Amino acid sequence: MALRPDLATIANAVPTGARVLDVGCGDGELMAALQTKSVDARGLEIDPANVTAAIARGQSVVQGDANRDLADYPGDAFDYAILSQTLQTTERPDRVIDELLRIAPRAFVSFPNFAHWRVRLALLWGGRMPVTRLLPVAWYETPNIHHVTVSDFRDLLRAKGIAVEGAWYLSGDKPTSDAAASWRAEHAIFLISRAAS
Amino acid sequence: MASMLNQIQHQNVTIRAALPLDSGQRLDAVTIAWQSYGTLNADKSNAVLICHALTGDQYVASDHPATGKPGWWARMVGPGKPIDTDRFHVICANVLGSCMGSSGPATPDAATGQPLAMHFPVITIGDMVRAQAMLLDHLGVARLHAVVGGSMGGMQALAWTVHYPERIASAVVIASAARHSAQNIAFHEVGRQAIMADPDWQDGQYYASNRAPTKGLAVARMAAHITYLSEAGLTEKFGRRLQARDIKSFGFDADFQIESYLRHQGLAFTDRFDANAYLYITRAMDYFDLADPHDGRLAGAFAAAKDVRFTLVSFDTDWLYPTSESRRIVQALQSVGAAASFVELSAPFGHDSFLLDVPALDRIIAGALTAGI
Repeated sequence: MALRPDLATIANAVPTGARVLDVGCGDGELMAALQTKSVDARGLEIDPANVTAAIARGQSVVQGDANRDLADYPGDAFDYAILSQTLQTTERPDRVIDELLRIAPRAFVSFPNFAHWRVRLALLWGGRMPVTRLLPVAWYETPNIHHVTVSDFRDLLRAKGIAVEGAWYLSGDKPTSDAAASWRAEHAIFLISRAAS
Repeated sequence: MASMLNQIQHQNVTIRAALPLDSGQRLDAVTIAWQSYGTLNADKSNAVLICHALTGDQYVASDHPATGKPGWWARMVGPGKPIDTDRFHVICANVLGSCMGSSGPATPDAATGQPLAMHFPVITIGDMVRAQAMLLDHLGVARLHAVVGGSMGGMQALAWTVHYPERIASAVVIASAARHSAQNIAFHEVGRQAIMADPDWQDGQYYASNRAPTKGLAVARMAAHITYLSEAGLTEKFGRRLQARDIKSFGFDADFQIESYLRHQGLAFTDRFDANAYLYITRAMDYFDLADPHDGRLAGAFAAAKDVRFTLVSFDTDWLYPTSESRRIVQALQSVGAAASFVELSAPFGHDSFLLDVPALDRIIAGALTAGI
């Protein structure tokens, strides 16, 4: 099965042989793709059924909560941390980002862009919390408790002095330009690294 | 019972080499009984060691010679099963201190020919593992593809990663812990006191008499059996239902089904287990604490095990070795950078879940054994 476009982007960008922690790894789909590149991939996942599926396919995955359990990993344990489509579900996204960049010098972070034009239109014309392809769940049952836009995320990185080494913006599976990302990107993927100190 | 147990012939080997024990004592020779399944491949790379629990034995997938019942993990081990004997050479050894053919308190004293009884030295989980390593040396198995165990078997698997990390690729640790808690020790002490309070125990020298502490051993088993089940499981299985009667007797017969069940479990146990072996093995578990030699830092124990691939499983209804104990191990493994998997499975059977029908466990064990092949 084809990888989700944001995962395919990350899988391409991770160098061969890297040590990677996939936070919120689901059933290990991205890890499986990374293993074909001899990446030493390990996972953290909250849902026991997903953890079971990932271990059953031979992967190293620990059941745990990104809000709490990242603290158990020592500093610089990995080359890359990956947080795909999970940031907006965490209790304190800013602290999770701090943890990712403690565990690894670089991190991939992907999230659905809440400023995509369909979301804007739904709010502007409908006056209701949008339910879209990437945000398919109604407001009262969505796991997404911290909706974030591309501009919000850029602001947070700037405020924290975190460097951006790469950014990919996707509309469906098509790339969108940096300038148009704020309203055209459904998905954003950032490769971030610790500020030079 | 005990005397009949001693008459069963087990496949075993006596290794005439000294085994230094954690207590400072030593065994001059070690007898180890074992069973194996499947074929060791030409490069001897497919050996899987299964470590049994407190009252388990080496008959993991074959009928028990005393009771005739199927092996204790027959659902997990066999051709096409999660631990696939078409693929792996599975070895299971009776632990040191036990009563199914390996050296233990029923072993005769070399000088007198009488059973050692309480003169058998107190052993530890580490000693059990060293004895298993001697067996593997004897069998010509230098390196294990995996070591797998639940409960006390999981403690042995963990001890393998500490004492012989270079000899194993993978460790699967189910419903276990890296130390015995005060509560664990407490329940064991109840069992031991029940045995030793039985006048038929005779300070352990009962082998030659026609009496054995079956009542004490049965009570020990009854107390322990409760700890293997969940409260919800007991309620579902027995509730307050009466046993083969419609009204309460207002006496001390087994009015309730749970009483009858426990009495049966206790009594049946004495047909297949030796009371002194129960004392020795529970003691070994109580002394188990992998962090102890490292100033209480569990990560220190795993410092040399970072290349072992670990898989840990706990069960949500297991209050004997709860999830928090598995998590503690996972945290220690993460801090040394070992590849660790961990999941808490939901199952209604309490600690005994590792022996019972939990399909997710089957998938995890199969996946853990085929990872990296």
